[in-house]
Amino acid sequence: MKKSVILGVATIAGLAAGAAAAGTVDDVKARGKLNCGVSTGLVGFAAPDANGVWQGFDVALCRAVAAAVLGDANAVEFVPTTTKTRFTALASGEIDMLSRNTTWTYSRDADLKFEFTGVNYYDGQGFMVPKALGVGSAKELDGARVCIQTGTTTELNLADFFRSNNISYEPVPIETNAEAQQQYLAGACDVYTTDASALASTRATFENPDEHILLPEIISKEPLGPLVRHGENEWGDVVRWTLNALITAEELGVTSANIDEMSAGSNNPEVDRLLGTEGNLGEMMGLDADWAARAIKAGGNYGELFAKNIGEETPIGLARGLNAQWTEGGLLYSPPFR
Amino acid sequence: MSTMTDPPKADFRLSMLINDTRYRSLTFQVIAAIAIALSIWYLGNNLIQNLRAAGLNISYAFLGETAGYDVNQRLVEYNSQSSHGRAALVGLLNTLLVAFLACITATVFGVIAGVLRLSNNWLVSKLMAVYVEIFRNIPVLIWIIIIFTIMTAVLPAPNAFRGENPSSSMLFDAFAFTNRGVYLPKPEFANGLFGSTALNWLLVIAALVGSWFATREIGKKATKKQEETGDRPNTTLLTLAVWIVPFVLLMIIMGLTWNVPELKRFNFSGGLNVGGPLIALWFALSIYTGAFIAENVRAGIQAISKGQTEAAGALGLRSGRIMNLVVLPQALRVIIPPLISQYLNITKNSSLAIAVGYADITATLGGTTLNQTGRAIECVLLLMLFYLTASLTISMVMNVYNASVKLKER
Repeated sequence: MKKSVILGVATIAGLAAGAAAAGTVDDVKARGKLNCGVSTGLVGFAAPDANGVWQGFDVALCRAVAAAVLGDANAVEFVPTTTKTRFTALASGEIDMLSRNTTWTYSRDADLKFEFTGVNYYDGQGFMVPKALGVGSAKELDGARVCIQTGTTTELNLADFFRSNNISYEPVPIETNAEAQQQYLAGACDVYTTDASALASTRATFENPDEHILLPEIISKEPLGPLVRHGENEWGDVVRWTLNALITAEELGVTSANIDEMSAGSNNPEVDRLLGTEGNLGEMMGLDADWAARAIKAGGNYGELFAKNIGEETPIGLARGLNAQWTEGGLLYSPPFR
Repeated sequence: MSTMTDPPKADFRLSMLINDTRYRSLTFQVIAAIAIALSIWYLGNNLIQNLRAAGLNISYAFLGETAGYDVNQRLVEYNSQSSHGRAALVGLLNTLLVAFLACITATVFGVIAGVLRLSNNWLVSKLMAVYVEIFRNIPVLIWIIIIFTIMTAVLPAPNAFRGENPSSSMLFDAFAFTNRGVYLPKPEFANGLFGSTALNWLLVIAALVGSWFATREIGKKATKKQEETGDRPNTTLLTLAVWIVPFVLLMIIMGLTWNVPELKRFNFSGGLNVGGPLIALWFALSIYTGAFIAENVRAGIQAISKGQTEAAGALGLRSGRIMNLVVLPQALRVIIPPLISQYLNITKNSSLAIAVGYADITATLGGTTLNQTGRAIECVLLLMLFYLTASLTISMVMNVYNASVKLKER
């Protein structure tokens, strides 16, 4: 990168800027604001509420990271990205992290040069159909017209599923979730397919959610998680361990309600280490001692965030399923804070 | 007797490159050319070095890899196991198809609207003015989306054709207009003379071309007879026969059948399906560019001096024939050059196809392939090359046509 002074930046601004950034942790601190890439609008995961404030499960992770690094859960600039623009936005340095129901795959990690810092939602690709169609299984969808978001892993899974079951379909490529919803409701496609969580979220916004069903087949593994650029290990650590702190907090029973009491000191050494009353875990990462406590306070632990944004009490109504703690038969398992 | 001596030849000196006006401009042009070439080389080299530093080498190997995704409108054989290169070809043909169709219909809309805008009928000319101003001044992407949305909302879904008392029914039991597209009966040959469908259709086209030449011969003969005797023989029946008889015979021999679309579990199947995205994109591009062409046509017509019209009127021609025989042929000289750039606009604007889910080359190569392989620079370079080639080809063809209609100076 010797010659890239001005002209190089003009030609491939994206790549140059991404690799040239010294350290995102310092950049974010200096800026006083976290640039976080989110979805353009997926209720429950990332969508602005009636007051224009971003709310949702993915949004909460951005806020937790901002709280840990900057001490202010509201010091976040949310950058809406589509499935097509998200990776360019991250690679170019326009955003510091991407928290946008993005599937962790081998090629995105190794080829596109991104670092996934964990999984915040274990998902799988599902199908939604109108009840009136009388379809009970995805294998009955021979000849159907399927709406699909272009540029996603779901596009490839779909082709594989129909090919391996030897049935035909007609794909309708759509750019955003909102457009897909409009096409699906107008009957221009029979089926809408994407991650099951996104289907549930989309259905919750329908006028008559009861008239649509999710088919039982889940045809893929979609571990969704936050990601950062390759080679930014310190920043990657901050995002990874903020997520782990939220998960560990749930496991250890630390909630936004009892955190002040717990921070005063408890008789559980791991809680003390997590909340910074014992040891110097924060210092190792270049943050202060109560970084994790601030992250948890921002919105609550993993379980609270889940229940508040997408849980069974919400219109989206997702069960914990795979996303329960490992102690309760789920897959959530944070490495220890030690 | 005179002696001629050559003028003394001055020796060429290096300083003349600057001081001698004969060489000076050349010197500066050479210097400028070298400077431009150097900076292009610098930029290109810089790009390649930076890409290498970022661990990204320009490589087109991905074009041979399996694409893994499906495309809904395929003019050539394609499935999810085909290569990315094949997917790009499918997109390329889709782009060319919609651009070709839109160029034709935009010209038709444009010529009609342009001529009618100059009509003496107040209502007609004002209506055309409204059409031109509305369509010209709203971005084409908005029109594409509006037309597509109206289409999906107004036309019935295939389900509406189902049941005992369906709310929609097929036209003549053969045509279905749904919000997913139009389904038409498709002509097929039960016992074609060739194995391949394409060859059978070529035969039909050949027969029609033959009929056209035969009709021209008949016309010529009639004209000759008219010049000799003053009577023009009636050729209507003969011409009709020349058109119909070979065509019908061919259809009977090859066993023409109609593959009528049928409502299946989810969709109509069989027949010929013109997809909703294609219709919306085609119509939007035509009606939008038609407004621009209308203005070109109006300008061309107004460029013809009024004396031409008056002279033709004095010879007793009626206004329709004045337009067709006198004004339009001359106006073409003014209309064609800006028309070329409108055709280029249609081709380039067709890249907005993804807005309605039409799989053009920007959607396949520049969309899904780019996303799945992460080869952004390679894909964009290919796209640039394609649009450049397509535009230059259209430009060339139209320039040849322009040369044939332009004023011939003798």
